[in-house]
Amino acid sequence: MSETQDLSVFIRRPVEGVAAMDLVVEGVHCGACISTIEKGLACERGVRGARVNLASKRVTVEWNEGALAPTAILNRLTQLGYPAYPFAAGRLDSVEAAEERWLLRCLGVAAFGAMNVMLISVALWSGASETQGIGTRDFFHWLSALVALPTVAYAGRPFFDNALRALRQGAFNMDVPITLGVLLAMGLSVVQTLQHQPDAYFDSAVMLLLFLLGGRYLDQRMRRRTRDVATNLAAMKAERATKLLDSGEASEVPIAAIATGDLVLVRAGERVAVDGIVEDGRSEIDQSLVTGETAAIEVGMGSNVYAGTLNLTGALRVRVSKAATGTLLDDVNALLEKAIEQRSSYVKLADRAARLYAPVVHLTALATFIGWVLWGLGWQPALVIAITVLIITCPCALGLAVPAVQVVAASAMFRRGVMLNSGDALERLAAIDTIVFDKTGTLTMPQATLANKDAIAPEDLRLAGSLALASKHPLAKAVAAAAGATAPLAAHEFPGQGVTVFHGGYRLKLGGVAYCKAEAEAAEVAAAWPDASLIAFRGPERAVVFAVRQAVRPDARETLAALARAGLAIEILSGDRREAVELVARELGVARYAAGLKPADKIVRLKALREAGHSVLMVGDGLNDAPALAAANVSISPISAAHLTQAQADALFLGDRLAPVADAVALARKAKRLMVENLWLSAIYNFVAVPLAILGYATPLIAALAMSGSSILVTLNALRARRAKGVAR
Amino acid sequence: MNVLVFLIPAALALGGLGLAAFLWAMRTGQFDDLEGAAWRAISDDDLPKDREK
Repeated sequence: MSETQDLSVFIRRPVEGVAAMDLVVEGVHCGACISTIEKGLACERGVRGARVNLASKRVTVEWNEGALAPTAILNRLTQLGYPAYPFAAGRLDSVEAAEERWLLRCLGVAAFGAMNVMLISVALWSGASETQGIGTRDFFHWLSALVALPTVAYAGRPFFDNALRALRQGAFNMDVPITLGVLLAMGLSVVQTLQHQPDAYFDSAVMLLLFLLGGRYLDQRMRRRTRDVATNLAAMKAERATKLLDSGEASEVPIAAIATGDLVLVRAGERVAVDGIVEDGRSEIDQSLVTGETAAIEVGMGSNVYAGTLNLTGALRVRVSKAATGTLLDDVNALLEKAIEQRSSYVKLADRAARLYAPVVHLTALATFIGWVLWGLGWQPALVIAITVLIITCPCALGLAVPAVQVVAASAMFRRGVMLNSGDALERLAAIDTIVFDKTGTLTMPQATLANKDAIAPEDLRLAGSLALASKHPLAKAVAAAAGATAPLAAHEFPGQGVTVFHGGYRLKLGGVAYCKAEAEAAEVAAAWPDASLIAFRGPERAVVFAVRQAVRPDARETLAALARAGLAIEILSGDRREAVELVARELGVARYAAGLKPADKIVRLKALREAGHSVLMVGDGLNDAPALAAANVSISPISAAHLTQAQADALFLGDRLAPVADAVALARKAKRLMVENLWLSAIYNFVAVPLAILGYATPLIAALAMSGSSILVTLNALRARRAKGVAR
Repeated sequence: MNVLVFLIPAALALGGLGLAAFLWAMRTGQFDDLEGAAWRAISDDDLPKDREK
């Protein structure tokens, strides 16, 4: 049976006759890697060029269509020492990239405008009008207008668009007062210039845009970097399936190319990539990623298998009942949708501030106008003063107060292996008082490890390890990893039973307990490790039984203890058997746990917690956790989680350690504190500046000083979010 | 003050030149990979050589 790899879904055609493909490359980290890859690929016949992007760890290759097989590129890269994985950039990726470029362009334009307007303004502030006369002053104002009007019209659009969208939906956000302030400042300045008045506010408006665009651009860039990493990891997981063609040939295709009704081959040790019905073959299936249950389930002809489960022992031919777009248990999906609907609409801190702020400012301006008119001033100068109040209170610092902290805190989290999916996750994370953990794959490691290593003679372990290398079975892999075996024995595999070899005058066997005739030893080991899966080894002298179980993450105990010290209630909700959950809970010192829960049961428990007034963080990885993640106030998933679960989580954490969860909570709490501090700082600035404006003393110089001063202060304060004492240490 | 007639257009033109350069650099993708660009500057791949195609 020959095997081909079909990569056609990943290939783009930028120009007629030219094919291009984007690849995620593992292990690129310096300039030498760039030239090795680019030169190495350029030598390949037919390749037009390759370009490495070091920041996103990707390479784009272009070749003359038909000149070489796309797989040759993958092979060449592997040969060079850089395993590569093709990926198709999602629609969302290109939208975000375009948005980022647009913001950067606006930022450039605003910077140009600000520099040139300031050039003129400095002359005005230092007294050009007194020494050179009104004509020069008006000339300078017109010049400022010449630069500022097009600048604002162009660079202000991100804010204007947002404000318009919010107003159309009857909502209100920070961009509304920003837009109003900028437009009023421009309008007032033009009128003032026409009337030969001494003050114009072109510089304030442009500077305001420059500061805010800077903050917004950094925010966008951080979010895109997170998305890039997530896309890369998804590509490296390379979700593919082996499709059986009508001709009997097997072809490895990305699961996006699998359609309902296709026949798919799932070998032992492979993850099932689709939902389907078994047509042929007999095997055991590990459903832990889907249900949390760690004990294997037997399947045969006519059984249902689900995407995300692991095929343990035999090869299966599966008829696809649901293709990649809907590879989910229906009830999980339905529950998920319901949970998302019910998620309480959380009002972001910044929007709450904006809601509070706008009416106060607008009323103050109105009161100023009425006050001056009653005092006997003409309506026109009174209006000028009122608008000055609006300009000087324009929420420059307020607009930066929250995003600046978010950017700094998110990049601090990124360095500790936590990636944020949503912007307001920080605020919700800061508010939690209860953490609910899933067990399988969350508190425990995603891969199984050997539990009773100490009880086994080194010689037996060595031989068993070498034998285990010959098998693809996940339990055998755990034995091989524990033994540190590197040299495989030329063993023969009996699918579904085990592997065997004649070695050193003895017949060695590794496999099922019955296959190795180790029932007596197995009973003993099973009593000691009730939650373990067993694999037996028949050695030269005796039979040995290995207990393979999902060990808890190395720092789980300390992390949970630290979280408890930080005042958080901890609970375990698992879909696994009672004995298995009990063991882990006791090991970790968690008193509150529940076992054998279905997805709906988890939601019921979360709902009860929330109704009791608790704010809940859910940490989980399985498909069965996805609805629960959506039902919690905020959620975190390990990067090994099922695809749908990852998409649902507010944050992802990398690596084997659990400490990032504790770090995330600590950083979020600190960030929330800094956000509130920043909001107060901008409020204090207003307390000082507004009376000056109301009394009519606000000049453009005061406005500019106050605005940039408060913005810089707020940004500096935000930088403190980088350092938070981790709860875990 | 006549000198302003020259100086201000000169200032605007120079600033505009910078802006144009920035926009050009963005359009040609020079801000896409800032880390890689730092390394490419010190590589000597651009020295003349004959490459087979």
